[in-house]
Amino acid sequence: MAPARSFTPDQVSRYARHLILPEVGGAGQRKLLSSSVLLLGAGGLGSPAAMYLAAAGVGKIGIVDFDTVDASNLQRQLLHGTKDIGRLKVESAAETLRNLNPDVDVVPISEHLNSETAMRIFAPYDVIVDGTDNFPTRYLANDAAHFLAKPLVHGSILRFEGRLALFDSAKGTGCYRCLFPEPPPPGEVQSCAEAGVFGVLPGIIGSMMAFETIKYLLNIGRSMIGRYLLFEGEDMTFRELKLPHNKACPLCGEHPTVTGLIDYEAWCGTPAMEPSQAQAS
Amino acid sequence: MPQFRIPGPLRRLSDGQITVAVEASDLESAIEALDARYPGFRDRLLDDKGELRQFVNVYLNDEDVRLGPGLKAKVTEKDEISIVPAVAGGAFQP
Repeated sequence: MAPARSFTPDQVSRYARHLILPEVGGAGQRKLLSSSVLLLGAGGLGSPAAMYLAAAGVGKIGIVDFDTVDASNLQRQLLHGTKDIGRLKVESAAETLRNLNPDVDVVPISEHLNSETAMRIFAPYDVIVDGTDNFPTRYLANDAAHFLAKPLVHGSILRFEGRLALFDSAKGTGCYRCLFPEPPPPGEVQSCAEAGVFGVLPGIIGSMMAFETIKYLLNIGRSMIGRYLLFEGEDMTFRELKLPHNKACPLCGEHPTVTGLIDYEAWCGTPAMEPSQAQAS
Repeated sequence: MPQFRIPGPLRRLSDGQITVAVEASDLESAIEALDARYPGFRDRLLDDKGELRQFVNVYLNDEDVRLGPGLKAKVTEKDEISIVPAVAGGAFQP
């Protein structure tokens, strides 16, 4: 239950378009202000997600990222500017978000997410938003969110294609492993140089991640739970696939084999524990 | 004929084709037909035992075949078969 506090004149003005929206209104805005979201990654997906969550007035936003801003990030990672090259991404992100909305308690977390830190870092938050888009962190986040019974908003991108899902596996509605039970072995990756990301793509997917997060927090409409959205930018098409609970899922199935967090090896020849690998999207 | 929908990162194997129609009556034979026309798809979808790889999904219309009849799923001329690999920004498998 959101606390029945009144808005300041600045807040009435700032959130006016939410307050006149029946699906949000004063109660919804108060709920957002008392909610907390943990963003994994201050990169391509994390940038629009964080900015819209902050602008919407989500009261507490934690951002986990170990990396520093590189010039090659600026083509898509709107949290950071040219002057931020070389800074910790979480510092740059926190500055941007505090400037967007001083109501938000921004918590920069420049730690590496792994099996020893994930549960502690996740625990204080209502929703986990995974914008890291690398396999080791994705599986770690999926598993930790399941063990902590927290909803997890998933986004992934590659080249011109993006995916969106919302998992709440502790409620029996499926998880990322229901879809892809195990990550690909690093040795089988062909060429990361063939990949790349069209700059505006994470803007589209990351914005939808924020959209679904806010819908979830306010219980608006029909959530993405049980559905998998595919965006194909070259054709400018959206397609929806079913994503049901998989009884054979190694995490949330009938006979789970994943009973603790796993530190998978990273991709593209980069060891999992190297800071440069952390939270790159 | 049933039609494959090829994800962007795999279109280099299909000469850039977004969709590829094949003659087949089940999913397994459809994959073989796709591979015969555009070699490389079989290895990317199936492991050494001929089973669907753990990090690739195949959807028959909007249903995940892994949760149903798998490679034995019957396909008809109206069916769309979507290849949905796990992707991560900067890295792609298979």
